[in-house]
Amino acid sequence: MSTKLPKVPAVIVGMGWAGGIIASELTKAGIKVVGIERGKERTTNDYLMGHDELRFQHRTELMQDLSKETITHRNDPNMRALPMRSYGTFIVGDGVGGAGSHWNGQTYRFLPYDFEIKSLTEEKYGTNKLGSEYTLQDWGITYDEIEPYYDTFEKMAGISGETVEMYGHRSNPYPTGPMVKTPTFELFEEATKKLGYHPYMLPSANLSENYTNPDGISRSACQYCAFCENFGCEYGAKADPVVTVIPVAKETGNLDLRTHSNVTRILNDGTKATGVVYVNTITGEEFEQPADVVIVTSYVFNNVRLLLNSNLGTPYNPETGEGSIGKNYCYQVSAGATTLFYEDKAFNNYAGAGALGIEIPDFAGDNFDHSDVNFIHGSGIRMTQYGNRPIAINQVPSGTPSWGAEFKKQSIKYANSTLQVKSQGASMPHKDNYLDLDPEYKDAYGMPLLRMTYDYTEQDKELVKYMSKVTRKIAEKIGADHYETTEEQATFNVNVDTNTHNTGGVIMGADSKTSAVNSYLQMWEAENVFVIGASAFPHNSSFNPTGTIGALSYRASEGIIKYLKDGGGSLV
Amino acid sequence: MEESEKYGLDEKGSSRRKFLRNSGVAAGGVVVGSVLGGLIGFGGEKQHQAPKTEHEHAAPAANPNAALMFFTPDQYQTTIAATERIFPADENGPGAADLNVAIYIDHQLASPWGINAKDYMLGAFYKAEATQQEQVRILRKDLFLLGLKGLDDYSGNKFDSKFTSLEGEQQDEILTEFENGEYKLSGVSSSIFFDLLRILTIEGAYADPMYGGNKDMEGWAMRKFPGSRMNYNNEVVSKEFIELEPESLQSHMGH
Repeated sequence: MSTKLPKVPAVIVGMGWAGGIIASELTKAGIKVVGIERGKERTTNDYLMGHDELRFQHRTELMQDLSKETITHRNDPNMRALPMRSYGTFIVGDGVGGAGSHWNGQTYRFLPYDFEIKSLTEEKYGTNKLGSEYTLQDWGITYDEIEPYYDTFEKMAGISGETVEMYGHRSNPYPTGPMVKTPTFELFEEATKKLGYHPYMLPSANLSENYTNPDGISRSACQYCAFCENFGCEYGAKADPVVTVIPVAKETGNLDLRTHSNVTRILNDGTKATGVVYVNTITGEEFEQPADVVIVTSYVFNNVRLLLNSNLGTPYNPETGEGSIGKNYCYQVSAGATTLFYEDKAFNNYAGAGALGIEIPDFAGDNFDHSDVNFIHGSGIRMTQYGNRPIAINQVPSGTPSWGAEFKKQSIKYANSTLQVKSQGASMPHKDNYLDLDPEYKDAYGMPLLRMTYDYTEQDKELVKYMSKVTRKIAEKIGADHYETTEEQATFNVNVDTNTHNTGGVIMGADSKTSAVNSYLQMWEAENVFVIGASAFPHNSSFNPTGTIGALSYRASEGIIKYLKDGGGSLV
Repeated sequence: MEESEKYGLDEKGSSRRKFLRNSGVAAGGVVVGSVLGGLIGFGGEKQHQAPKTEHEHAAPAANPNAALMFFTPDQYQTTIAATERIFPADENGPGAADLNVAIYIDHQLASPWGINAKDYMLGAFYKAEATQQEQVRILRKDLFLLGLKGLDDYSGNKFDSKFTSLEGEQQDEILTEFENGEYKLSGVSSSIFFDLLRILTIEGAYADPMYGGNKDMEGWAMRKFPGSRMNYNNEVVSKEFIELEPESLQSHMGH
């Protein structure tokens, strides 16, 4: 039996970047908000014992407890999907701050090309460039329309970077200057310039200098301590909802934050939501929280799963192409890379930061001609310095055994003597890559798990082959004693480490027949439900997703405030 | 400015400020990491020196952590022998045995991780395709003991001896067959056990010493990894390699 609580104007499901930004904007506008988070409460003090590779990276301390909920995976519809029982390829954040606590802080904008990818690709390369099985769509919003929201997000987070001419125009420069250029980045810079490319320092949410944002939040500069990815930042230098938007929302007195609370269903009549049901994960008590507006801001997987488990929206059918919930699940392709080995040079690669990197824009989006290649879009080609931690990073020349005397000797010899030129490539949607409910496996509360049907496509494989050659060319220009290049994209494997840039499933667009939400992230089929996150991306670009999630969250906030003020209606 | 004070994390949330208050360092105005780092002992010139190169084996100081909470003494000895083959002593420094890797493994298997507390363990365990994750119903603590017993059983079959009594090459031969999944443990491939043994050995060499391995931070020192220092402002821009004496998380206590 659930306890019914008093109705509130807005309930938010998930308190990461999207939930935190929306909570901050709504509460500043005087709207009472209940924020529901399944994980625990967090402050910067909690990060003080944070420099622990085992606990945070390998025992995934900040991540969702898979014993309660996971996903199942299969490579194609003819396979039986099996549960991801422990973490392998991606990690899912948990607790206040969500993925915004454990992220690296690489904060890009997507390209003007991304938002109109179908139209622009057809205009330049005709309608058959990829084939009809690739379900490419425009986003229902242009770069010019989303630009002001990117600007707002970057100012709130204090993004450190430099303007890149080959990307979309900026109404303002980055609020703080770029991160330090390390000696190895100077090697990359020199080599890529010689090859005619245009290197730039990667845009970073690890502050390059002390910064006070428009909300009055002051944070101190990054110390390059090398514990970003998988870790919280005890300095507050890394932008995190816990040190930016959440304290602002709390300060208004309008945020009722409920942790250890897991939403299992959105109550609805098919066209409108009336509230949510959640379980206290510690006591097992169930509550019903009625609200005028339900704002779904959990991770990609749970955004999709919650809608499907609540019978909200029309599930995607891969046979007919109809329906939208679960459609256009995308990922990224990062296989193409070249490792440089040095016999008698050592680098301070134990130092670093999550968004410390240098990159070229020349192979991103449509910045190069695709007439003679069998793929569209592209990759960022980059060198990063996150800090090489010793359990995770043991680079040895291929042919070295994975254990024993030779492994020990080589892994220690090269511990500080390798560099890497790598690529992170875009991911295009395919009709057979989608999300739905698993017919067999359930979570700890008896609700079906999300099932992922996904494999890399021909487009992905062609892209990786091409980009791996670029990484090799740059590596050879930099110079090393020995190079090793990964040239091919292998089959998708839920065990193999790639990244956590999962996207799609509740995609945005201009047409209610082919998308789930409009450009304010308002559901076409339930006007008082807003679903925000990378779940809204109709495809995935080559860039890290958080900048775009942030921009969409500010846009959605504007829409939700208007919706509540107007007393309902479609925002488009 | 009023806004700044209103929401300023300097007062409300900055752990760094708390470091300073607790360290008794007066902190007025802007926080600049490298300077303060030097003041409170997280950096500075005195630490830019090479670590000890001799690995002395002094009489063990009282280390209450180096005791068994999971293994029997025999299981402990087999674990020492197997991990030493995976990460042997050499001219770089100590191997798994001297790094207390078997103590680390003992403690991990006794922890919630040993009973797969955060893994999804519901539903049917079907055979996985090559691209799917292995579906292992056996808990890590049980799998490890099954593997240790397998090492001894197979050593008995093949060499008529316990694993710990074999020559190094013989032990390698057994471990290689386990790695290749050529020995059948009950209900699971020997390669699954071997993968667990291998990763636990690496972890035990390089995890923070509070977990029981990486004795005296010698795992870190071998590869010139400085552990968990609070800032690398100088090192990150230095063209020269800077070797720092490792520091463990214990150095963060009390701040």
